[in-house]
Amino acid sequence: MDTMGRSSVITIESLSKRYGASTVVDNISFVAPAGRVTGFLGPNGAGKSTSMRMMVGLTSPTPGSATISGRRFADLRNPGREVGVMLDASAQHAGRTGREILTIAQRMMGLPGRRVAEMLELVSLTETEANRRVGNYSLGMRQRLGIATALIGGPAVLILDEPANGLDPAGIRWMRDLLRGYADQGGTVLLSSHLLREIEVIADDIVMIGNGRIVCQGSKTQLLQSAGTIARAADMYALKRAFDTSGLPTTVSDDGALRTDADPTRVGRVAHEAGVALIELRTVDGGLEEMFLQLTADTQRERADTQRERKGA
Amino acid sequence: MTAIVIDPVRDQRADVYPVPLSRVINVELRKMFDTRSGFWLMASIVITALLTTIGTIAFAPETDLTYYTFAKAIGFPMTVVLPIIAILSITGEWSQRSGLTTFTLVPHRNRVIAAKAVSSVAVAIASMLFAFVIGAIGNLVGTAITGTEMVWDVSLAEGVNIVLGSLLCLLTGTMLGMLIRSSAGALVAYFVYSLLLPTVAGILASSQEWFRDLQPWVDLNYAQAALFEGTLTAEQWANVVVTASTWLVLPAILGLRLVMKSEVK
Ligand SMILES: Nc1ncnc2c1ncn2[C@@H]1O[C@H](COP(=O)(O)OP(=O)(O)O)[C@@H](O)[C@H]1O
Ligand SMILES: [Mg+2]
Repeated sequence: MDTMGRSSVITIESLSKRYGASTVVDNISFVAPAGRVTGFLGPNGAGKSTSMRMMVGLTSPTPGSATISGRRFADLRNPGREVGVMLDASAQHAGRTGREILTIAQRMMGLPGRRVAEMLELVSLTETEANRRVGNYSLGMRQRLGIATALIGGPAVLILDEPANGLDPAGIRWMRDLLRGYADQGGTVLLSSHLLREIEVIADDIVMIGNGRIVCQGSKTQLLQSAGTIARAADMYALKRAFDTSGLPTTVSDDGALRTDADPTRVGRVAHEAGVALIELRTVDGGLEEMFLQLTADTQRERADTQRERKGA
Repeated sequence: MTAIVIDPVRDQRADVYPVPLSRVINVELRKMFDTRSGFWLMASIVITALLTTIGTIAFAPETDLTYYTFAKAIGFPMTVVLPIIAILSITGEWSQRSGLTTFTLVPHRNRVIAAKAVSSVAVAIASMLFAFVIGAIGNLVGTAITGTEMVWDVSLAEGVNIVLGSLLCLLTGTMLGMLIRSSAGALVAYFVYSLLLPTVAGILASSQEWFRDLQPWVDLNYAQAALFEGTLTAEQWANVVVTASTWLVLPAILGLRLVMKSEVK
């Protein structure tokens, strides 16, 4: 919610970033609504961090716009009170203590001093840890401190770049519960990750980006929901015949199994009635994982290609 | 646990006011002291002031034991340390990458830079007042020990000139910080600016006739040195204004543009 009681949303409109000839973010548009955790997913180098930097005015778009409840980030009156930002947990002066970093944020936002202790407790940093210099922090501790800094002003919107990076499974779970509770109370969360698993665990909505372009977006349930069934039998001809006679359209997948849009219950019954023994029967996921793997593989191949070109040149 | 974050939040949200510049200045001032390097730079001002005072009493010839000798001896290390403080205050945001937080809490970068400049100037003025006081104590103690006559040979106008000269040194640091935005690079540039260039200019002036007349108009260090030597003629003031505009104000404007446009990552 913003001060007027309206919900805060992040609106990205035709956002692009070009560095010379290369387009790193290519005309992306999406909305991160209030009350939901939006996961920004993409392989390394997809343009997630660049997009997020543009949202908070650290990088200027060429062209495009990003607004928080209709306002540009630079127009927010006290940005830390309205949008919690963590772009890189390690981007802190190594010589400052964790407590000092929180104190700087608390003072800049004009918050009561007790918020520092509250945040330290929230992210489970002990007194001794808080008094150590962040140069000596583990990545997980830095992430916790970064989350604390983002949350200290009590913003209605969170923008977090790879917040689960460096967290152990318990830490990821903790983060999920924290962000879940935050979104349930009407907060807007946009977080990025290069790991599908992390996004699956934490996000409600997914925006997938590859090579600077949005590849797909939608709710997690929608994107992960079953998109057909894979079936395999010892006698594939018999299985194909059974599907054909039952009027089930099929395709043959790469590994020779049959794929159909029908659900597994129907497929199992058809096979049973035709007397064909199945050796594999499973649902196909929404293609998100496949698409993501494809995207990652493409990116890696491209990278290898450019490296080879460089070596050759 | 989660409740801690959100609940107070909603209550606080009704009163989101713009961040006043005074608050940014306060925070930036704090950031100059709160790291180990920052702390020791500040401490070095105090330590060198005390050491040079003792050194002056111990080693300066008795006839030279005047207030001016003390003020100058104490002031010199400051003209070296203060610009370093000014440089690191700015470049740290890039070199240490803390700018990612700073410039999201205060998106108008010119306000952050203004706050840093104001805090640097405040630190410089406080340091120099400290130097004048320590110098006075040194003069009192020194002449008492040697039994010589006490000489107060720095007028208020001269004192103001010394402060002005030191501020020009300091702001050179601020300018280089904005222009280069990397701690190592800006520090190197600063030493080139303040040590190498004057030497080259000196050699040039002693060997080239044509440069000798030109020097006061093109050499900031030369023009600025007059500020530490007493009162200035109208022409010397003009020298200061012209060289400071060329070597300080113009590059500072360029530096500010770069700060405003550059990507923070
Ligand atoms: N200044 C720059 N000039 C050219 N390319 C850049 C620059 N900064 C980033 N890139 C490129 O932009 C791409 C996207 O980077 P980034 O936004 O960090 O991706 P992600 O966060 O998704 O891993 C990368 O391929 C990177 O090499
Ligand atoms: Mg990234």
